[in-house]
Amino acid sequence: MFGFISRRLVMAVVVMFVVALISFTLFRFVGDPINQMVGIETTPEQREALRERLGLNDPIIVQFARFIMGALQFDFGNSYQFKQPVAELIGKRLPATLELSFVSALFALFVGVPMGVYTGLNRHSAISKLFLSVSLIGVSLPTFFIGILLIFVFSVHLQWLPSFGRGDVVALGGWWTTGFLTVSGLKALILPAITLGLFQMTLIMRLIRAEMLEVMRTDYIKFARARGLPSRSINFIHALKNTMVPVITITGLQLGSIIAFAIITETVFQWPGMGLLFLQAVQNVDIPIMAAYLMLTAFIFVTINLAVDILYVVIDPRLRTERSGL
Amino acid sequence: MRKRIAAAAVLLAAFTGQQASAETLKFAFQGTYNQLDPYSLNETFTLSMHGNVYEGLTARTPDLQIVPGLAESWEIIEPTRWRFHLRKGVKFHNGNDFTAEDVAFSAERIRSEGSDLTTRVEPGVKVEIVDDYTVDFVLPSPNPILHYEWNTWYIMDKEWTEANDAVAVTSASDTSPNHASLYANGTGPFKITTHEPGVRTVFEKFDGWWNEPKHNLDRVEFTPIGSDATRVAALLSGEMDMVYPIPVQDIKRVNENDGTTALTGPELRTIFLGMDQRRDELLYSDVKGKNPFKDVRVRKAVYQAIDIEAIKSKIMRDLSTPSAIMISPFLFDNAEEFERYPYDPEASKALLAEAGYPEGFSVGMDCPNDRYVNDEAICQAVAAFLARVGIKVDLNAQPKAQYFAKILASGGYDTSFYMLGWTPGSFDSYNVLLNLHNCRDDAGNGGPFNLGGYCNEKVDELTQQILSENDPEQRNALITEAYRITTDEVSHIPLHQQGLAWGVADSVSLEQRADNQFDFRYVVKN
Repeated sequence: MFGFISRRLVMAVVVMFVVALISFTLFRFVGDPINQMVGIETTPEQREALRERLGLNDPIIVQFARFIMGALQFDFGNSYQFKQPVAELIGKRLPATLELSFVSALFALFVGVPMGVYTGLNRHSAISKLFLSVSLIGVSLPTFFIGILLIFVFSVHLQWLPSFGRGDVVALGGWWTTGFLTVSGLKALILPAITLGLFQMTLIMRLIRAEMLEVMRTDYIKFARARGLPSRSINFIHALKNTMVPVITITGLQLGSIIAFAIITETVFQWPGMGLLFLQAVQNVDIPIMAAYLMLTAFIFVTINLAVDILYVVIDPRLRTERSGL
Repeated sequence: MRKRIAAAAVLLAAFTGQQASAETLKFAFQGTYNQLDPYSLNETFTLSMHGNVYEGLTARTPDLQIVPGLAESWEIIEPTRWRFHLRKGVKFHNGNDFTAEDVAFSAERIRSEGSDLTTRVEPGVKVEIVDDYTVDFVLPSPNPILHYEWNTWYIMDKEWTEANDAVAVTSASDTSPNHASLYANGTGPFKITTHEPGVRTVFEKFDGWWNEPKHNLDRVEFTPIGSDATRVAALLSGEMDMVYPIPVQDIKRVNENDGTTALTGPELRTIFLGMDQRRDELLYSDVKGKNPFKDVRVRKAVYQAIDIEAIKSKIMRDLSTPSAIMISPFLFDNAEEFERYPYDPEASKALLAEAGYPEGFSVGMDCPNDRYVNDEAICQAVAAFLARVGIKVDLNAQPKAQYFAKILASGGYDTSFYMLGWTPGSFDSYNVLLNLHNCRDDAGNGGPFNLGGYCNEKVDELTQQILSENDPEQRNALITEAYRITTDEVSHIPLHQQGLAWGVADSVSLEQRADNQFDFRYVVKN
């Protein structure tokens, strides 16, 4: 087990380094940061002087080395547009993104799992067909469209829920802000969480449905039924439990993408999280923010992958014996 | 018991009543308000927000007239010596008095390294403190428009800036955050109490303001909303009192909605097309060995091929003012003397044939797609119009970050045919002539934003005369003469002044400035 984890850790570091290298070479093509930092009347000499001060004229390899040296000490430099340390900016935006991702993951699980079980057990019922066609919309409509649709129905027409922002937030301990403790904060969470979680919900539902169909045909379910166990315990204890391994994999990986790619949902709802910060940074060629965000995203993915790998071993006894046999 | 409840109700009413009279304005803009240092970025929205917190020696009224600000009056005692009499009893938000020391300090800071507004006070200008409330500016040569941009030269508190170690202007190359970029201390009617860049900024009324407030606000909350649809939805749902800009296609919707109105008007920015007239061979064209744009007939042919009225009605939904010169008629008294060359594809074809291109030619065009109102759509229309006279346009529309990196001096003016918009910061033609029309070299010395490299010695000469001519009549005559030359030679193709569109709730009244600045001083909310 220890050897396995340390091997994965070495791989994680390599992955992060490669991400940094690739993103750094890409930054040369996103545009010129100087033009976004100064007004249009700034003379070419002043622009050149600023470029020199920022070290943008140095060879790319020197800039990369400088970035890596800083990143090792968690120093990602100052944002070009906000003139504040990037680590601090991202730190302030992190709670918003994590809360949103957390709520939408819960939404996806607690709506997706029951729907999946139901459609798996009652595959021919009318409700199952309805669920399946609705879920088709969930996978096929683009996120920004769903978001705008929800805004126009629930904010503009019904005026039940806010169309943007996080509502009132409460600061906890100076480094975390939460929207869970105020009414406006909770209301503001609903639409973005549904928008962000809809795709995952559909995915989980379809996955569970397929697994349930598979499992219900197996011998041990038939035996359980023959033994006269109540169908409730067959469905939820024996069957559902055995559909969980692929669901955990997918949910784990999807959690990473929910956090990392909340960009579109955050933009549509003006949700003040990291995704919005990243998008603003791309538009303004704010390289320090882009670099730090990509590193953080890589880190999240690597961590979640590692955790999922470990969970496999914990959940599935067969994997455990095979590994210890090696 | 009943009495007690009644008393409690009265008390509650008193409290809530007080709450209701405290007016909060909530508004959204498409971009972010990044940092608070008033000298770090010369950009309209940033300066506009700073302007509610800081003030200059002069101010601009809603119709852009120059009026006294922190200076009560000024006089030109010699052609090169201006005397400003400062207002007495003005206090900064931290309680410090505003004096001549602050003006002298701000004059040094705004032209120091790292400032993006160095043109506000030229390096040769000497600042002499006469007494606590009198300051002289000694100029190297006469300059009638010295104070034209001083409404956005915001005066900072010397003591506060020094005490907080913020004398150096916040520059992106700084390694630690500058106090002045995180906090503001001006003399204006509002102070900033919360500033989360990119998330929200809260302004609160400054009770110690020297002037009688025309607004009735106690608090202003600003939220940046980048997505057009969300911004409009926030207004329609009543969550916002004011949002801007409104996309032209949503104006009707905002007007039809109960309780909201779209406020429209012409903006000062002039949108125009430019052509590379400097290189001997165009970078992007099938014409080899020569540059068709060097021929004035070709430039005029391009001009006359464009149906500006169609662009106005179809693309801009009538929210634009076609322009014959490179400056808004608001900013130049003799603008009516100029007329656009008529739209005439036949004349255009004849001109091309005369110039030796009867079959036309092909040219690459650069265009932004997220900078000006419907910029890409306008470029597509231009390409279609030019195709009718035989000029084949390969359109390269990109986001502004990539676009400006390519076409400006830093990219080596890498363009043959481009679209640009220009608002002179000084609201004056000298700025337009210098930046867009004066001869330049390859590095951009001369007219740095004359991307096409148009060059006429006579225009350069006139520009210098305009700079130092103190008599307004004479000065306008010189400007007219310069524009006459550039129009005859089709140095650029002016298209239009694009329109402003703000969405406003009916409970709010405000003044829309043609330079797209939002001044809280005139906002009344019922």
